[in-house]
Amino acid sequence: MSDIDFNQPLSPWQIVQLARTSGRPLIGDYIQGMCSDFVELHGDRAFGDDRGLIGGFATIGGERVMLIGHQKGKNVEDNIKANFGMANPEGYRKAMRLMKLAEKYHLPVVALVDTPGAYPGLEAEARGQAEAIAKNLTVMATLRTPYVIVVTGEGGSGGALGIAVGDVVLMLQYAVYSVISPEGCASILWRDGKKAPEAAAAMKITADSLLQLGIIDEILAEPPGAAHCDPHTMVQTVKDAVLKHVQALKSLTLDDLTAKRYAKLRRMGSATLA
Amino acid sequence: MAWFEKLVTPPARIATEAVWAVCPACKAYVPREEWNSAWRVCPRCNFHDRLTCRERIELVTDAGSFQELNAHVSFADPLKFEDVSGPYAAKAKATVSKTGLGEAVVTGGAKVDGIPVVLGVMDFRFLGGSLGSGTGDRILLAAEEALRLRQPYIIFSASGGARMHEGIISLMQMARTCAAIARLQEAGIPYLSVLTDPTTGGVSASYAMVGDLNLSEPKALIGFAGRRVIEQTIKQKLPADFQTAEYVLEHGFIDHIVERKAMKRFLASALRYAGQ
Repeated sequence: MSDIDFNQPLSPWQIVQLARTSGRPLIGDYIQGMCSDFVELHGDRAFGDDRGLIGGFATIGGERVMLIGHQKGKNVEDNIKANFGMANPEGYRKAMRLMKLAEKYHLPVVALVDTPGAYPGLEAEARGQAEAIAKNLTVMATLRTPYVIVVTGEGGSGGALGIAVGDVVLMLQYAVYSVISPEGCASILWRDGKKAPEAAAAMKITADSLLQLGIIDEILAEPPGAAHCDPHTMVQTVKDAVLKHVQALKSLTLDDLTAKRYAKLRRMGSATLA
Repeated sequence: MAWFEKLVTPPARIATEAVWAVCPACKAYVPREEWNSAWRVCPRCNFHDRLTCRERIELVTDAGSFQELNAHVSFADPLKFEDVSGPYAAKAKATVSKTGLGEAVVTGGAKVDGIPVVLGVMDFRFLGGSLGSGTGDRILLAAEEALRLRQPYIIFSASGGARMHEGIISLMQMARTCAAIARLQEAGIPYLSVLTDPTTGGVSASYAMVGDLNLSEPKALIGFAGRRVIEQTIKQKLPADFQTAEYVLEHGFIDHIVERKAMKRFLASALRYAGQ
């Protein structure tokens, strides 16, 4: 990323490159850097344990929470194990199990989003990728515990949204969040995958655009040169923001919390109800 | 020679679209009148052709019972989106005047065999039934109406998925519609989902897959990712029946595949179980 001049406004396509760059903090870095304790919980109780979407009990600055998030690897070997952060249905079903456990134990949920998308495979279809994501959307909408989301890298479509419906959505300055990858959009609407930079601009996938559109609530500033240049500072920024929001949401009654969440979803991205 | 085999060859060159329908699947020529009275189901191969939302409403509701809701809610262009073929707003406006529809779903109150329901019916002709903010609003508002009236909610889906021209706003419709459906579930109000050809992408991964009952029609295409994307990802050919209603039923995600002519009766029967 040495060719990016941070003194100039970055193009959406440059931001896509930053969101995907190696060395950017991944879920393992956040667990290590912001949790004094983490107990991973495995499996969906039906099929298996997805390595592309993980979760467990975590303690962040003294707050006990349920942490879930997509997992990418630091190297090819780890990335293959984690399926490059592309979860299968059992990943979404494990996440749902942990959401419901969090509700039962009165633990706030913290979800870290970083995925190119849900895995588009034969087995994923056979095991109900669509149903797994859809079910999570209904569970998160009514979950009776605070739910804080941080989009840390790539927010890839339904695969991201499958853990990302909640009370507060935070987004790193150079993360992206979109309905389809710029390459996918370009190959459909421009009939040429090489037009990805144009598609990235047209789709408004960067944090400042999403804040204007009311899809996210807060942008978390990245250190000079972006998150990969100073992962430690980035993790601290995320930790402080997560703590602030978890503590604020915990002060609401659960009835107020879920009513506010529905009101927010009702308005968000509406054509007429703004 | 079975009677229907005679239908394969049109009697003369004068055959026109007004007189003959050609089955898109088996290419049989079927007298237009017969095609229409069978709700566009091929008498030869049982192919269920796509219906418009108005035809679907006529098929499943009691005559004259449908009262449209929120017809004023139309498409929005939150991103001022423009691609290589021009602005989205122009495309959407042209679709509105061509189809007479304001959005990819029509919603309203209706009766099914005397049972009052709230109904949403998608129409693939409107930008491929794609899920935009106007679509999401109509589906959400109809769910709220079902909650207010404590009446069952039925949605017929027909959609290629998200509307890319509305970007992230389109993605958020999955969350909004599911939030409204989740409130029906909490209130114990029946919600029946019928996944018609095609129901894919962001619609299959949201309200269409979370019915108390998920129903479909023979051979309907149902899936999450597109066939081409999957083939490119896993580098292998997919089975012929992949992502058909029959395949999805076999894998446990559809309760019942219902022939079109039996759909109204099936819904009424299910609603009587649900209304106990």
